[in-house]
Amino acid sequence: MTASPDLAAAIAVTRFGLGARPGELAVVARDPKGWLRDQIRRDGADQPAGPAVSTAERLAGFREYQMDRREARQGDRKDGDDQDGKTEARDPVRIAARMIREGPAEDFLARAQLAATTPAGFRERWALFWANHFTVSGVKLVTATVAGPFEQEAIRPHVFGRFEDLLVASSSHPAMLLYLDQAQSIGPDSRAANRRRRAAGLNENLAREILELHTVGVDGGYGQADVTEFARALTGWSVGGLREPGDRQGRFLFRPQAHEPGARTVMGKAYRDGGVDQGRAVLADLAARPATARHLSYKLARHFVADAPPPGLVRQLETAWTRTGGDLAAVAAALVEAPEAWTPAPAKLKTPYEFLVSGYRAIGARPGAIQQIAPTLNGLGQRAFSPPSPKGWSDEAAAWAAPDAIVKRMAWAEAFAARTARGLDTDAVAADALGARLTAPVRTAVARAESREEALAVLLMSPEFQRR
Amino acid sequence: MTALASPTRRALLAAGAGFGVSLSFMGRARAADGLGRKKLVVIVARGAMDGLSAAPPVGDPDYAGLRGRIAIPAEAALKLDETFGLHPALAGIHGLARKGQARIAPAVASPDRARSHFEAQDVLESGAAAAYGTSSGFLNRALEAMGGHRVEALSVGTTAPLILRGKVQTASWSPGRETDGNPRLPAILGDLYAGDPLLGPALAQGLETEAMVAMARKDAAPAAAGMAPAASGGGLQALARQGRAAAEGVGRTTAGLMRRPDGPQVVALSIDGWDTHANQGAVEGQLAGRLSYLDALVMGLHDGLGETWKDTIVVTATEFGRTARVNGTGGTDHGTGSTALVMGGALKPGGVIGDWPTLKPAALFEGRDTRPTLDLRGLFKGVLAEHLGLDRRALDTTVFPDSADVAAATGLA
Repeated sequence: MTASPDLAAAIAVTRFGLGARPGELAVVARDPKGWLRDQIRRDGADQPAGPAVSTAERLAGFREYQMDRREARQGDRKDGDDQDGKTEARDPVRIAARMIREGPAEDFLARAQLAATTPAGFRERWALFWANHFTVSGVKLVTATVAGPFEQEAIRPHVFGRFEDLLVASSSHPAMLLYLDQAQSIGPDSRAANRRRRAAGLNENLAREILELHTVGVDGGYGQADVTEFARALTGWSVGGLREPGDRQGRFLFRPQAHEPGARTVMGKAYRDGGVDQGRAVLADLAARPATARHLSYKLARHFVADAPPPGLVRQLETAWTRTGGDLAAVAAALVEAPEAWTPAPAKLKTPYEFLVSGYRAIGARPGAIQQIAPTLNGLGQRAFSPPSPKGWSDEAAAWAAPDAIVKRMAWAEAFAARTARGLDTDAVAADALGARLTAPVRTAVARAESREEALAVLLMSPEFQRR
Repeated sequence: MTALASPTRRALLAAGAGFGVSLSFMGRARAADGLGRKKLVVIVARGAMDGLSAAPPVGDPDYAGLRGRIAIPAEAALKLDETFGLHPALAGIHGLARKGQARIAPAVASPDRARSHFEAQDVLESGAAAAYGTSSGFLNRALEAMGGHRVEALSVGTTAPLILRGKVQTASWSPGRETDGNPRLPAILGDLYAGDPLLGPALAQGLETEAMVAMARKDAAPAAAGMAPAASGGGLQALARQGRAAAEGVGRTTAGLMRRPDGPQVVALSIDGWDTHANQGAVEGQLAGRLSYLDALVMGLHDGLGETWKDTIVVTATEFGRTARVNGTGGTDHGTGSTALVMGGALKPGGVIGDWPTLKPAALFEGRDTRPTLDLRGLFKGVLAEHLGLDRRALDTTVFPDSADVAAATGLA
């Protein structure tokens, strides 16, 4: 594919990145591929600005709330409805609502601001892909406050490293262990189970989703017995609680007494009992399986290039993956080099988040408050940090192009333009945002608009801007 | 458009969405011929609903032992027959059952056995024999088969569910448009989208639907009055009350749309949040909360439909059931057979639909799950044939491809 430098720049910034900021295309046009390659770096993706609050701190806050709730319940039982102000201030439901609202809102805003302003849009998109691949959703009370820290601690540092390291970081992170119920899973014949009176045992949720979603995929050649065996191998992978010493609380903790003793067989391979290393060994082998390379190569190609990705592109990513043992920097470089990734026609519809972020980038702005983005994302079905399932957000246009959603995108574009268009040279914004992708009909419609507001809304809603 | 701006009703549906309820509906009714009056509502319970708690077989001698601390005690279950009861959170549906307007299919499953949510939902909604076998939904193809007339399709919810994707153009709507809007913009975009197969039809349908829903909601206003969630008042119970009120409001608003002369004939809704791997609870708890929303949704439909209830059948389906045995974390893992609820004024009274395989150790599927005795496609075939008049050939070939060997359930309508 020999696209002109201007067209290649538009592709680099929109398909691989998050949309052009004013002036960005001119810089990128000097060396579009080099601009992308330079964003690949060993130390991972950028971290959103602001005070980094750790998972451990957020979980400590959550556990405090749980204790308050317990006390409040006991209080209720003792003296009925207590109306005084002290109870009000410590009302656990209010505290929880505040905790769940404010922390994640700050995390999400900081992340959207990074996306809107970064000069390394490809690096950010690459990180967002992996955060979505290893979904920790805030739909559960206990994970609502740690989805942001999870992304910062387990995902961003590893996105250009070895896939195995990313997989281990994600699978052993407290947020994932809580989201997929691993933290409480107990080997049926472990010491902990034998000590307990009430039934204790396995929870196979995490083991199944690692196989099905994170590594080999649903056709990866495993069965129910493999899920159960893997779940047994993972028993003991837990999170430090209030009874542990302070420096262990809210952090990964291996509980040998909960670990199912004995050797395990997962997908035909035997693993001798080695405590925490048994689960690690299974993860290492899963990361190295050809089915994992195939599954992830397909998913990357689908995410960046087309809902039905060109088989040649998938093969090139798979080759790079296999050749390097899952070196994600090499896979990213292979994506940049693949001719199929540079076809001129944009095939992907932006997700709601990508659409909003690229709108801010087009006018050189960034969201200043969570209220400017969260309600719209809710309405478009992409609630902040809350994918509906461990599968994460859909990567296919069919999920995001419901008629109502297009009308809502239009409503947001209008409201956004009404707030921001004053003083803009909208013809220049159009040229700066779409570059060589700006078509004559859109240029004309923007130029003929009755107002700057209308012009900007038309640009944002144009077929070219909706896609990447 | 003014009806859309009503803060109370917008807040109400928005609250419903927050509790994981969304709906889609399609198929504007034909002129008032006999079958055209008939209404079908399909509620997809996403995440795998635990049938053994929704309709506990409290009379099965193995039930209490397998379930341990999450068993529904026999004395708490709302009695259906000597074997089965309903979960106490399903009191409204139990009231219907006592009138012969609600029955259970206690051991039903799709043909998928992978225990993957995503694969199984695909099989359930597509109606195919295997995962990813077709990219359209069986309800869409059912309407196509009823054909011979122009069918309008509409989905309400933020994303388009597979069950109604297909050739029949699907509209969609959900609350929340915030501005009155520049009246020129749709026309300008209409021109720009003229050659765009994705955005062009979507925008046109979206605008048309917005206008229709505004009218329908105006008509439905009396029914929806008083449905707004309690304004404030703390406590988890208040939150649960708000969730029930929101779910009931979604049911009533949907019913208001269905009752319109040009209203939809087939409706699909989703309730998510059934993936109870840990702490699912028994008479009270997490699962009880979801079931109470389901109950409120169905009763909202029932109350809102009024006279039209007698022409309606409502089916709940889930992608698979959960393990018969309680797991180590007070929950249940992915299983196989589960319970479908079939309700409505058009339902023929009768007992349990399909055979009960029992929970004897040897009867369990792979030693762990309720063994399915009825194919979910067979249940839907029965409803589509007897209630909506679809013929056997269409059901065996286009609606449920390659399913001639799957018998239709009978005696439903």
